[in-house]
Amino acid sequence: MTQTNTKPYNFPDARGYFGSYGGKFVPEILIPAIQALEQEYLKAKDDPEFQKEFHGLLKEYVGRPTELTFANRLTEHYGKAKIYLKREDLCHTGAHKINNAIGQVLLARRMGKTRIIAETGAGQHGVATATACAKFGLDCIVYMGEEDMVRQKLNVDRMELLGAEVRSVTSGSRTLKDATNEAIRDWVTNVDDTFYIIGSVVGPHPYPAMVRNFHEVIGKETQRQIQEAEGKSPNYLLACVGGGSNAIGFFYPFIEEKSIRIIGIEAGGLGVDSGKTAATITKGSPGVLHGSLSYLLQSKEGQIELAHSISAGLDYPGVGPEHAHLKDLGRVDYYSITDAEAMEAVKLLSKKEGIIPALETAHAFAWLEKLMPETSEGEIVIVNCSGRGDKDMKTISENL
Amino acid sequence: MNRIQKVFEEKETDSKLMSLFLTAGFPDLDATVDLILGFEKNGADIIELGMPFSDPLADGPTIQYSSDTAIKNGVTMNHIFDMVQKVRTQSDIPIVLMGYINPVLHYGIEKFCQKANEVGVDGLIIPDIPIEEGSIIENDAREYELSMIYLVAPNTTDERMKQADEKSEGFVYCVSVTGVTGAREGEEVSKSVNRFIERVRQNINHNPVMIGFGIKTHEDANDIALNADGFIVGSALIDNIKSNYPGDDWKKNIFSFVHSLKYGD
Repeated sequence: MTQTNTKPYNFPDARGYFGSYGGKFVPEILIPAIQALEQEYLKAKDDPEFQKEFHGLLKEYVGRPTELTFANRLTEHYGKAKIYLKREDLCHTGAHKINNAIGQVLLARRMGKTRIIAETGAGQHGVATATACAKFGLDCIVYMGEEDMVRQKLNVDRMELLGAEVRSVTSGSRTLKDATNEAIRDWVTNVDDTFYIIGSVVGPHPYPAMVRNFHEVIGKETQRQIQEAEGKSPNYLLACVGGGSNAIGFFYPFIEEKSIRIIGIEAGGLGVDSGKTAATITKGSPGVLHGSLSYLLQSKEGQIELAHSISAGLDYPGVGPEHAHLKDLGRVDYYSITDAEAMEAVKLLSKKEGIIPALETAHAFAWLEKLMPETSEGEIVIVNCSGRGDKDMKTISENL
Repeated sequence: MNRIQKVFEEKETDSKLMSLFLTAGFPDLDATVDLILGFEKNGADIIELGMPFSDPLADGPTIQYSSDTAIKNGVTMNHIFDMVQKVRTQSDIPIVLMGYINPVLHYGIEKFCQKANEVGVDGLIIPDIPIEEGSIIENDAREYELSMIYLVAPNTTDERMKQADEKSEGFVYCVSVTGVTGAREGEEVSKSVNRFIERVRQNINHNPVMIGFGIKTHEDANDIALNADGFIVGSALIDNIKSNYPGDDWKKNIFSFVHSLKYGD
């Protein structure tokens, strides 16, 4: 489908829909909570004091703006377009996730909530939330699948050191999907004093829009930085997509610049047709999970299927509703990369640029193998380097 | 008048109706029809037949377990329709299908409603469809004469209670406490429930009200449903099935539990 719509891109609508996707598919008990959140968020969004505090923390505490780095040796390696990296790996805690955690913690404080809960897969969102809670002295409980706690032991230790309680989730597949179920169950039970900090652009309205807006600083900085460096807009944007928060924050300010080709890379796992994949948009179909309507990996009976990826952060059978909409609009192209291809990209980026990317991030870099031959000298590719790979060293070593 | 409305119409003033929740395909595929018929003989007035889902985010460990088991047993939507059809050859007990929207959406909403009507389903309870999202299914439900039953909780505003009353048909499902499904200590629930039911009674005038969550004995039911038209038992029944199955006389033991829920020991 190509985009014929000439109206400015302005989603979600008042019901929380991005085209056909999104909404608030939650139990009645949570409706008052998400209504209160929406009201407070809309006020905060237009409140100069809130914005000043948020951006102040992004600068002083997170270390923004993050740099835009010219990848000279990677560019030489492919010998085509210039490659730039948006360095979210340089954010405090090692990935973009902290932008959103800070934003939501500020909101929680505004709403007088004292107890913070979060879900985490790779542990990056858990660490970011634990960090923000430590900074503001809030109680923090992080739900994490038992399986992920083994894969990401280092992040479990970090969260505990930061004062968070990490609760092991043993239901279902014991990964991110089940950690999210448990976090929602906690929220249903403790809705009065608890604020649920969702870690991606998923969940019921207003989360997908709110989380996007907390991350759009990535794309806005990139716009300015590429103008300073090259005096022109990029030709291609590339980011990995699990739930899709780094990608949407990076893409969103560029959506109206129709000449830019925007590409999201999902985790193909062992291959999209192997039955062991996390390529939700490529392989899934529309359905409802965790409060919103979007693409899902599901069985013929509508049961959610287990995702698989070498990267715990992409190991999720759903995707943010805005990505589903951008896919249907034809504005963003979504492809997938296998575990093995992602590992090759980890090695290449480490050797050529001295940057060890997170396994999630490596999926975006791996697509350069397919994209670069199509590009030409004089063009610009920007990859969102969403996180650093220290947390993945165990998995990386096992797969070298 | 549909079967749900009829059962409330025929209710004696001081009695309470008992609605029982059973996950279809739990504890095994063959048992569901017999269990429903046995529940009816032992005092059940309405059956909520659960359509299992892999990610039941409003349910506690008990219904997570029964859903998991049913899915592992291989239950499909067509099996569930077959079960209802078999019950209908022998019984007119109102049957409400209860479950999350995704399997319904995946089956095809119109096709689902048509089939449900054909086999004799009376209504639908879909906990992850709040009033705001009702439009996804309401027209098809109306077209195929399925009552939509919405839920209200202690933190539901007066205004929303009125909306739930307007949108519901058959009864309104009152969730006694904020939390996931599961048996609780009766006292924990009855402490706060009276004020809630008072508010429910002020705002809900078109439909009878059934109250659920946390009821596990006849005494709980008496306390908690004092000012309601009836009560719903789910997790406590599933727990009872779990503890009896597959021992000798397991069905008999379960039916005697059901009898005691309704009538006391």
